[in-house]
Amino acid sequence: MKAVLAILKKEFIQIRRDPRMLPILFLAPVLQLLLFGFAVNLDVRDIPSVVCDQDRSPQSRAYLDAFFHSGYFTRRFDVGRTEDVDSRIDGGQAVMAVIIPRGFGERLLAGRGATAQIIADGTESQSATIGLNYAAMITSRYAQGLLAETFVRLRGSGLRPVLIEPEVRVFYNPDLKSRNFLVPGVLGMILMVMTMMLSSMGIVREKEAGTMEQLIVTPIRPGQLILGKLLPFLAIGVIDVVLVTSLAAFGFRVPFRGDVLLLGGLCLVFMLTTLGLGLFISTISRNQQQAMFTAVFFMIPMILLSNFVFPIETMPGFFRALTAIIPIKYFFTVIRGIFLKGSGWAELWDEAAAMAVFGAVILALSIVRFKKRLE
Amino acid sequence: MTSSSIEVRALSKRFGAFTAVDAVSFDVRRGDIFGFLGANGAGKSTTIRMLCGLLEPTSGTALVAGHDIRRSPEKVKRSIGYMSQKFSLYEDLTVEENIRFFGGVYNMAAPDLASRLRWVLEMAGLRGREHSLTRNLSQGWKQRLALGCAVLHEPGILFLDEPTGGVDPVSRRAFWDLINRLSEDGVTVFVTTHYLDEAESCNDIRLIHAGRIVGAGSPSALKASTIRNPILEVECGRTVEAMDLLRREPWVRDVSIFGVNLHVGVVEEAEGRRRLAARLEQAGIPLRRIDRIVPSLEDVFLRRIEDSDKEAGR
Ligand SMILES: Nc1ncnc2c1ncn2[C@@H]1O[C@H](COP(=O)(O)OP(=O)(O)OP(=O)(O)O)[C@@H](O)[C@H]1O
Ligand SMILES: [Mg+2]
Repeated sequence: MKAVLAILKKEFIQIRRDPRMLPILFLAPVLQLLLFGFAVNLDVRDIPSVVCDQDRSPQSRAYLDAFFHSGYFTRRFDVGRTEDVDSRIDGGQAVMAVIIPRGFGERLLAGRGATAQIIADGTESQSATIGLNYAAMITSRYAQGLLAETFVRLRGSGLRPVLIEPEVRVFYNPDLKSRNFLVPGVLGMILMVMTMMLSSMGIVREKEAGTMEQLIVTPIRPGQLILGKLLPFLAIGVIDVVLVTSLAAFGFRVPFRGDVLLLGGLCLVFMLTTLGLGLFISTISRNQQQAMFTAVFFMIPMILLSNFVFPIETMPGFFRALTAIIPIKYFFTVIRGIFLKGSGWAELWDEAAAMAVFGAVILALSIVRFKKRLE
Repeated sequence: MTSSSIEVRALSKRFGAFTAVDAVSFDVRRGDIFGFLGANGAGKSTTIRMLCGLLEPTSGTALVAGHDIRRSPEKVKRSIGYMSQKFSLYEDLTVEENIRFFGGVYNMAAPDLASRLRWVLEMAGLRGREHSLTRNLSQGWKQRLALGCAVLHEPGILFLDEPTGGVDPVSRRAFWDLINRLSEDGVTVFVTTHYLDEAESCNDIRLIHAGRIVGAGSPSALKASTIRNPILEVECGRTVEAMDLLRREPWVRDVSIFGVNLHVGVVEEAEGRRRLAARLEQAGIPLRRIDRIVPSLEDVFLRRIEDSDKEAGR
């Protein structure tokens, strides 16, 4: 135990003495969150749109009003023929198009389902996806309004209106605010980058400085050394979690619906995986440069396969299977769940278990890999 | 227990196809200052690292403080202190922090550590510099601190790998005083060096060359056994030409250049002087002085290396 304490103390002294370390550890995460919170805004407003209303009925006008009052779309052009819609989108003057076919109003009045065609420019996939989501949402709200109206009218007659559930529904983040989705994710990323980078330097730095040679002629055990290196980084990670979470919840007003303690506990479990991975990299690298490249080499695919940028459901089967061994994927589920849905232990225990297993395995591997030999 | 602290048997280390240490065997007596003498790349550090459990031997065995270095390297580590060739304390820790760190790693009890801390500061002359960053110490002080950290836990055996490399003569003297004090306290000291004057302070020496031991014994025994012929120091002109010339004479055993002089080993002193003078005069090389000298370890060292290379060439 004395040995672990000695290592731990030494690590803290070294961190404190390095003038560049404190800003990197505590300022950088906050700056990164600010960057994502303010600058990277995936919320799309005023999407330039073209309208082709072939019905010209009160119903079609009401629907279009609902559409454009939302503020998400701007009605740039009105055209009569569908061919003109194509030319506007091809020309890049509009990103979305709403086409209302003849008979829209009549079908609605008759209580049958009606369709409006919505076209999006797929090359602008980000705005297109979001725009389509907005459109679906607006449409479903409009449909609900109609339904309520019809219901009132039909109450006396004993007839039941035909009810069509809209397929796309937006849960938990009904304003579709990208910030709410991004900020918790950024917390996960910051935590991963921070702890992995720190720990991947942990052992290799001593190899490079030559101090490892002195350390391994002492009777210290590999487990003690690894533990002594791990704990200070864990402490730094906890401070970062507190900083970033407070900023997210109070600064950016990202809804925090879950349990703070659960979040803290699962952050610790997650950090075991990243610290373990970093230490493992450190034991297999010869110098800091190698360790750094190896860490980045691991981190990039982990982020890409993590649900942070690309939805896992749309990945090809092989990659979808691969995501099962990516700890940060589980952590994203955890952190978004706790922030946005208020998920509790009942929903998140399996993610926690997956991360704990990964962490235990990688730490055991590091201890086994770390031989008290030079070579 | 036997009277040997270290017993080495046919210890070898290969790096790929290259043999750095080639089946060396020797014993180190308890309490001795044991010198391991060799040129750069001779295999000194490799041997010492195997004995400290830092490198796995390719073949052969060794017992250090009674523990097999292959089977129980961790037990070996508990009984030894080691100071590596390259300075390997934490440069960004202060003197006292370094000492306390190693005290913690060796699991020392707080009162022991406190008294040892005082002892080390005293011994290394670092009193008043407890709070200096190690980075800012001069080389001589760094090495004394490293020695202090290596003996903090009072090991019975101390391995020092070229402890005085890059240190001025005064600091070297001070360092050797410390080594002598430790030895008087009963610590076995295994020290590598390529300073021949340092080797004179050892009780027992091994000469190592290209991974093999080419000479063994106390400094005086080594000289007596290696240099049986008288050695004449010759001051003359055109030393290189004179050396080539004398090498071909049957009554000359060996010739080497030392500074501006020649050291010439001859079969018999009086006859050697006469023939030497005659031969140089015949060649027209001016002769200024001939003196009989006591051979130095350097003579021994060079002679042994020469013999060993001749043998290997055959
Ligand atoms: N890890 C290694 N891999 C390959 N070769 C090595 C390794 N370590 C040492 N050597 C080689 O083994 C030989 C002996 O090295 P060693 O460090 O033992 O020499 P030394 O006697 O300590 O020399 P010096 O006085 O320069 O410290 C050298 O030729 C060196 O290049
Ligand atoms: Mg060496």
